[in-house]
Amino acid sequence: MPTFVRTEKCDGCKGQDKTACMYICPHDLMKLDKDGSETGHAMKAFNQEPEQCWECYSCVKICPQQAIEARHYADIVPLGGSVQPLRGSDSIMWTIKFRNGTLKRFKFPIRTTPEGSIDPYGGKPQADLSKIEEPGFFVECNGFRAGNRSELINV
Amino acid sequence: MAGEFGNPEVVEEEVDILLIGGGMACCGAAYEVMRWAEGTDLKIRLVDKAAMDRSGAVAMGLSAINTYIGTEQDPADYTRMVSNDLMGITRDDLAYDVGRHVDESVHLFEEWGLPIWKTDENGERFDGSKGMTPLKDGGKPVRSGKWQIMINGESYKWIVAEAAKKALGTDNIQERIFIVKLVNDKNDPNRIAGAVGFSVRDDKVFVYKAKAILLAAGGCVNIFRPRSVGEGTGRAWYPVWNAGSTYAMAAEAGAEMTLMENRFVPTRFKDGYGPVGAWFLLFKSKATNATGEIYMDRNKEMLDDYPPYGQAAVPASCLRNHLMLKEMKEGRGPIWMDTVTALANLRETLTPREVKHLEAEAWEDFLDMCIGQCGIWVGENIEPEKKNSELMPTEPYLLGSHSGCCGIWVSGPTDVGAPTDETEAGVPAHLPKGWNWGYRAMTTVTGLWTAGDGVGASGHKFSSGSHAEGRIAAKAMVKYCLDNKDLKPELDTSVEDLVAEIYKPVRNYLEFKDYSTAIDINPNYITPKMLQFRLQKIMDEYVAGVATYYTTNAHMLEVAGEKIDMLKEDAEKMRAKDLHELLRAWENYHRIITAEAHMKHIEFRQESRYPGFYYRMDKNFVDEENWKCFVNSIYDKKTQKWTCFKRAHVDLVDKSKLFK
Repeated sequence: MPTFVRTEKCDGCKGQDKTACMYICPHDLMKLDKDGSETGHAMKAFNQEPEQCWECYSCVKICPQQAIEARHYADIVPLGGSVQPLRGSDSIMWTIKFRNGTLKRFKFPIRTTPEGSIDPYGGKPQADLSKIEEPGFFVECNGFRAGNRSELINV
Repeated sequence: MAGEFGNPEVVEEEVDILLIGGGMACCGAAYEVMRWAEGTDLKIRLVDKAAMDRSGAVAMGLSAINTYIGTEQDPADYTRMVSNDLMGITRDDLAYDVGRHVDESVHLFEEWGLPIWKTDENGERFDGSKGMTPLKDGGKPVRSGKWQIMINGESYKWIVAEAAKKALGTDNIQERIFIVKLVNDKNDPNRIAGAVGFSVRDDKVFVYKAKAILLAAGGCVNIFRPRSVGEGTGRAWYPVWNAGSTYAMAAEAGAEMTLMENRFVPTRFKDGYGPVGAWFLLFKSKATNATGEIYMDRNKEMLDDYPPYGQAAVPASCLRNHLMLKEMKEGRGPIWMDTVTALANLRETLTPREVKHLEAEAWEDFLDMCIGQCGIWVGENIEPEKKNSELMPTEPYLLGSHSGCCGIWVSGPTDVGAPTDETEAGVPAHLPKGWNWGYRAMTTVTGLWTAGDGVGASGHKFSSGSHAEGRIAAKAMVKYCLDNKDLKPELDTSVEDLVAEIYKPVRNYLEFKDYSTAIDINPNYITPKMLQFRLQKIMDEYVAGVATYYTTNAHMLEVAGEKIDMLKEDAEKMRAKDLHELLRAWENYHRIITAEAHMKHIEFRQESRYPGFYYRMDKNFVDEENWKCFVNSIYDKKTQKWTCFKRAHVDLVDKSKLFK
């Protein structure tokens, strides 16, 4: 399903040069139509290459106006269903509507720490340059599996 | 001077270490490299064609980490599994090294905030938000298979990227720059000197000089005509933005490639390509033909045609396809995933609360990593407890992970008994002999490293293993830079020529655009989209795509070769009407080089090593005596010709344990 932008909800990220959806799309699909020459809707974003959309929902999840939805691939999927997330800081809520009207809602955790809180080297040792050619990393997190050396035929 | 379309600004920079890509491998490299480089003054830069928060194969998220060894298994067990799944020809040294390092990265992911499912002492499972004992302190993961653990992975990439970005610092990251070409050294053609690319946002070309480069830009998608050719083209199983850039750029720089004949044809839920792993392994679902027969049982004697790979407890992935394809070809399709029976069986022993939880788990499996499959289920009114879903083998993909092992030949670890000599004749003289010729994870081009999908002959690394491989490479790159402090890379091509080459599709467009009244129909240029269609048609019809049920032969490959030669010539005439199309032009150029490598390797290997993934119908057998070896190649960018040759395969761990 390519994603699409709801005309009435998109605010072009308030006139900034680049929109959130342009920032995030892994495949460079989202584009801001600054003067309306491409879509007839000035200062709104659109999906410029829908047949290249992976439906990864990165744009849907990041849009601050919740202006982006998906209309699933028209060459595959019957019309009428929808799958829409609302991504928060620690969980994501999904609203799933079937073609026949059945409705389901799910909520799943997405992370256990506050966004932006990672301290990559906090409490970690410095690298020991004398060990740079040995197996293992600069820090050991109880996950190095040295292995039973007798398994190695030529050692 | 600000650039303009057709006359871009040129930005030249010199760094010590350049990381190309922003996926799991480069995020791992970023985290590790900055610590080892502390106090060394090494200048490090990461360039990503997208945004690191959502770039690479994990962009959408994942519902499982597919490689976690745990305390109960040995890296040698993992090495055996990888080998058998890939029909016996993998580098045990590389798989073993991933196996002993990979859990280190998984433990970091959990510390950073990735929710990992756990089981309590009664065997009941809980999602990753419940604050149970972390894996590193002995917490028990939920194993969906022997190697897989379940996660709540919607934000997996977001979390891993946050750590990488903070480690690097924003000044050392450039996003939306697509590197399209590596540049060799003027004074040593087998050494890397830099890389060039362009901004997909501004009219700028970037020319980097670097001592050491990590090229980790993913696998290759969309070189074969996909089963869906309308909007559904985008619904590739692997990320549609993986354009073979890793393989093409490395090959053009002279790096030795390995097993480029290998491909992965995953069997997935039809059309949406939703994951089947949890359904098979966690929910114990069975796949059947149209009349409810389990084809893995019905056709099990076919596994005996391929000893020993069919006889392991888990037969090689390609052979599982092989048994399914028999049903499809003989008219007993569609193939069904029997979700109804699986869930009914599970309900028998569960409480109502657990049943509700089970339903959520089934949906989360898709919502975390393949939302498009949910789109199909809602559109077709499929509730898995009420209605079964179709399975289908996809179009072929090239990658160095999953049940795929094509890629670049890299230097392995020195402490696991890998060969130091080569017993096959015919390896070009300038290439190394054994499996470790220097810095770990370096390619055969001095100063060029790879990781993740770039590393050939060692599949099944997945997200976690790719991260670990990036970290392994990073250490070696720091060591190399410290050992070569006085090295001054010099580009073998002038900046002017490089810029002209990169912007050629733009010039083609500007020069000829007014020749015709219809922008897309013009005898002077070809759009990247049409060029891609041509490539996909050739590959699909002649190089064992879905059109021929994955079959080909020497004659068909010869025809494909002629057509690809002309396609390569026409690639010079690609047009780019804007920067977005320039991105597509270069992606498709990379796809052509990758596709050509694939075709040449299939042509060279005189057997059908991966039945179920492809068949050489003129050599429809596995020939253990003559072809249990690596097929490697080098590409000469001047003559544009490939040279394929054999390298001997050696077991470093005892594979017979798989069959006891």
